[in-house]
Amino acid sequence: MKFAPFLFGLLALALWEAAVRIGDVPVYELPGPIAIVGAFVADPVGLLQALASTLFVTFTALLVAAILSLAMAIAMSASRLAQAAIQPWAVALQVTPLPAIAPLIIIWVGEPFIALVVCATIVAFFPLFANTATGLASAPPELNDLFRLYGASRWRTMALLRLPAALPYFLSGLRISGGLALVGAVVAELVAGSGGFASGLAYRILEASFRLEMPRMFAALVLLALAGIVLNFGLGALGQAILRRRQ
Amino acid sequence: MLTVSHVARRFPGGVEALRDASLRLSEADFVALLGPSGCGKSTLLRLIAGLDQPDDGRLVWDDRPPAPGDIGYVFQDATLLPWATAEDNVFLPLRLRGVPRDRALPDVHAMLRRVGLQGFEQARPRQLSGGMRMRVSIARALVTKPRLLLMDEPFAALDEFTRHKLQADLLEVWRQAGCTVVFVTHSIYEAAFLAHRIVLMTPRPGRIDREIASTLDAGPETRLDPAYAALVATIARGMEAALG
Repeated sequence: MKFAPFLFGLLALALWEAAVRIGDVPVYELPGPIAIVGAFVADPVGLLQALASTLFVTFTALLVAAILSLAMAIAMSASRLAQAAIQPWAVALQVTPLPAIAPLIIIWVGEPFIALVVCATIVAFFPLFANTATGLASAPPELNDLFRLYGASRWRTMALLRLPAALPYFLSGLRISGGLALVGAVVAELVAGSGGFASGLAYRILEASFRLEMPRMFAALVLLALAGIVLNFGLGALGQAILRRRQ
Repeated sequence: MLTVSHVARRFPGGVEALRDASLRLSEADFVALLGPSGCGKSTLLRLIAGLDQPDDGRLVWDDRPPAPGDIGYVFQDATLLPWATAEDNVFLPLRLRGVPRDRALPDVHAMLRRVGLQGFEQARPRQLSGGMRMRVSIARALVTKPRLLLMDEPFAALDEFTRHKLQADLLEVWRQAGCTVVFVTHSIYEAAFLAHRIVLMTPRPGRIDREIASTLDAGPETRLDPAYAALVATIARGMEAALG
């Protein structure tokens, strides 16, 4: 049972390889798994360096999004004025498609790495922000009453009640935003890559597609998918470990 | 200790929870507020705690208004911090008053002992039964040595055996602590067992209908005592009259 997904994946790969060989499908249309592995083996350093570059943008954006969302959710939770001021802008940011604003950000910011981080942060921000804001409001009203009864200041209530109550929500948001930060980094790299920036995995995908190097393009895609899976499970495991330690 | 004079509370949307409710609390009283659901018992408790303000009437303290820690509050649910140990939950009110942990711990442990939770100091709420969680909640309310302990149907969600045990233990703790207790309940049996003054409230808008005094000194045999049965009957008749 435990190995079922793995075995199913192997079977699918075998069928895929058999289909392209039997059907004599040209490699520039659909390469088989062996050709894709071959493309990776031909230049592992180049592809892994590109992956590292994309992941560096992803983690930096995730960190910035976590700090920003926490600060803004706390401000919103502490003040109705801040809530009224922040919430519409946060929603506006969420519904604005990144490909539409990425070229502007890249032009305005100038420095490629910072521009990519800004783009990825915009995509990663909202789930973290919305989850944290929900978590900060999740403490039972009776506990809020209790803190009032004992004369706790607003910030003490925040530190001892609201922030700990928000932790599971924040960690859940972090897991969602991890994947989104990767997507944001890739989309931003695609936009930036077409403008001449060359470093991340998305640029390698673009480059391979321009040269019709489909196996290399697929190899980069597989690396991206694997990175997304590891990121998702890694952040999930981190969240569970933190909560288990606390409980 | 406290005089509640003709208080009224109306909530947004027009719900009139309390109308012209008056009550006097004295030192070391054990008062039960008895009435049907929605009659304003909890609202009156929140007004006494200062968690809400009356629309009309006033609350006058005999000597000085309560300082943080002078009032303990036990809710229907234990409402503990789920991430904190029993010890940390009981320490919380002292922590909020700025008492250092090492100075507070002897009192915290003494209070946990008093409610029968010795050996469970490091347990998290999810590791405790419903009755044990409520004991932690009572210990938390008493750790500041309050003058007034407000309890809002604290045993309503517990099974009958646990409820009886906790009622007896609460009386023991109250006798040692010597504070005033206002205990909200909709159980006639509970009010008769625990309180020396049983205050009956009318359905919404809640008013104080009448007060029944009890001379029972509750102990292990009280529930078999004919005087207890007679008191229950008196309260039941009074409650029927209050319900109209």
